[in-house]
Amino acid sequence: MIQYIIRRILYSLPVLLGIVFVTFTLARVLPGDPCRAVLGEKATDQVCDAFIKRNGLDKPIPTQFVIYLGQVLKGDLGDSFRQGRSSVAILAERLPVTIELAIAAMILATIVGIPLGMVSAYWRNSPLDVVTMVGANIGVSTPVFVLGLLLEYLFAIILKDTFLRLPPSGRLTSGLVLPSLAQAWGLTNLTGAGATTIGFLSKLYIFNALVTGHWEILADVLKHLILPAAAVGTIPMAIIARMTRSSMLDVLGLDYVRTARAKGLRVRQVIFRHALRNAMLPVVTVIGLSMGGLLSGAVLTETVFNLAGVGRTLYESISARDYTVVQAFTLVIAVFYVSVNLLVDVLYAFLDPRIRLS
Amino acid sequence: MQTTEAIPIAPRARSFNPYWEAFRRLRRSKSAIVGTTILALLGFAAIFAPVLSSYDPTLPLIGVENVTKRGPPCIHLLGCPSDQPEHYFGIDGNVRDVFSRVLYGARLSLIIGLTTVSFAIVIGTGLGLLAGYSGGQADNIIMRFMDVLQAFPSLLLAIAIVTVLGPGLINALLAIGIVEIPTFARVLRASVLSIKELDYVSASRALGGSSLHIMLRRILPNALTPLIVQGTLGIATAILDAAALSFLGLGAQPPTPEWGLMVGQEYKNIFNAPHLTFFPGIALMLTVLSFNLLGDGLRDSLDPRLAQKGFEGRV
Repeated sequence: MIQYIIRRILYSLPVLLGIVFVTFTLARVLPGDPCRAVLGEKATDQVCDAFIKRNGLDKPIPTQFVIYLGQVLKGDLGDSFRQGRSSVAILAERLPVTIELAIAAMILATIVGIPLGMVSAYWRNSPLDVVTMVGANIGVSTPVFVLGLLLEYLFAIILKDTFLRLPPSGRLTSGLVLPSLAQAWGLTNLTGAGATTIGFLSKLYIFNALVTGHWEILADVLKHLILPAAAVGTIPMAIIARMTRSSMLDVLGLDYVRTARAKGLRVRQVIFRHALRNAMLPVVTVIGLSMGGLLSGAVLTETVFNLAGVGRTLYESISARDYTVVQAFTLVIAVFYVSVNLLVDVLYAFLDPRIRLS
Repeated sequence: MQTTEAIPIAPRARSFNPYWEAFRRLRRSKSAIVGTTILALLGFAAIFAPVLSSYDPTLPLIGVENVTKRGPPCIHLLGCPSDQPEHYFGIDGNVRDVFSRVLYGARLSLIIGLTTVSFAIVIGTGLGLLAGYSGGQADNIIMRFMDVLQAFPSLLLAIAIVTVLGPGLINALLAIGIVEIPTFARVLRASVLSIKELDYVSASRALGGSSLHIMLRRILPNALTPLIVQGTLGIATAILDAAALSFLGLGAQPPTPEWGLMVGQEYKNIFNAPHLTFFPGIALMLTVLSFNLLGDGLRDSLDPRLAQKGFEGRV
């Protein structure tokens, strides 16, 4: 098993290097002059020369790449031209929004998608199955931003006067303030990495509210999270439901399932103890692969629901030609995506011994 | 003496034609029927847009008609006063008829889907054939590059490429085409790997067929099935991604009647003018749905081995 994991990690290294190369290249070939994009059209040549020198933009491209690679390995992703602070600090501030959104969406997709798929497989061709599968097809075909907007309209306007009312945008109702963990724990004199970490954890509102016991705020944050999570989670939910159904149908037709039934086990036992584990193999892969789609969906959802997350920031930095932030964010997203794929492979091997032995 | 009995002659079986067989299965597939029907309606709307609507999709109606900005739909049959001009889907923020914009948008969406996927298929097929057929170093280099491309979530990579090329519909199409290449390269490579060791390929090689001849005339025709299925499903993804780019302002530019752009321009008015999001949104959903359904139907009928599997391959 350990050998398998090491082999898989080694396989990912060239891909990671490729990613660093692509993000580096992308940022270099972006159109427009970074100096004037940052300092304004009126910046003189002299000022610009100094700017280019300070940021190492005058060195040959290969040298810039080697320098960049060294910095990445040290965990230094460069300073934002525009905001004058490190990309890591910006990431620490924006990442929590997207993490909460992605986790909520994935949980929603999994806890709704798997049971739907199982029910569909068990009552195959019943009206319930047909409705679920038609719903899954519509779900996978609806653009994330359209779904988000329709949900917003339904829950914030049409159901405004009912108990189903949900807030249309933002993370917290204005007026509510969640104190940072540094304040709560009296760690106000922290600097550097410690401060960044505490800042990052504080911005994970759910985590923060849980550990500091702000239950009202927790409820408010969760309420704000439902609609965006539903918008991002619908496509993976549809895919998971369909995958669970087809894989469950495959497994339910196998001999060992019939044997289990024949020796007198109850249907529920056979499904949950015998069939489910094997049927979950392809579902795990699909869940992992959906993470990429989730991040794409996050850009759109963060725009619709006005959330300052990674997707929104990436988009804004691209418009503002803030090279280093673009680089840092794309890098982190791609590395995250590769790691998830790695994790899925390992999990897959854990669930199915045939894979790690071959 | 031996008596001879007439040996019954079986009625001559109709020659087996795999395409006819596939078409028969396709006609039985409910999803293919529904998908084709929606697609036919869309095609009709796209072709006859000028006949179905008398309004210009890009021309504001200021001074032409007495209509209000972002006015709601007005249909005489549903009780809209008959002295008001009829606008089935209402009026948008620039005082244009939304119905005709949605109709013309069908043209654009279909063109977007077909062109990007054709581009991705041509390049992806080339790369997949080359990688699968030659193997070794070439295979390694091509496929690792595809790995890197696929390591980025598709929309984010498309956004990054459009940023480099500059916003605009053509650049957005190019970006989406590039993002879709790895899918086709992978599909084709897998087919090539399974086909190239078959006897008839070896026979062709023994007869002195050149590599190019074997790739294009012997292998490619037999690797087309998964490509057709993936192509149809790829159109759905391409339309979704193009709409997303336009929604973010990176794709089609105003006043183009593109559905994603229409939603993008008006989504902030969702609370007072929901019809401006609803109609283009539903049109998008139906178009994508039709290609998804058709793709599923094609998969079930063209390749029975793949039947029963869902859309897990393209997330």
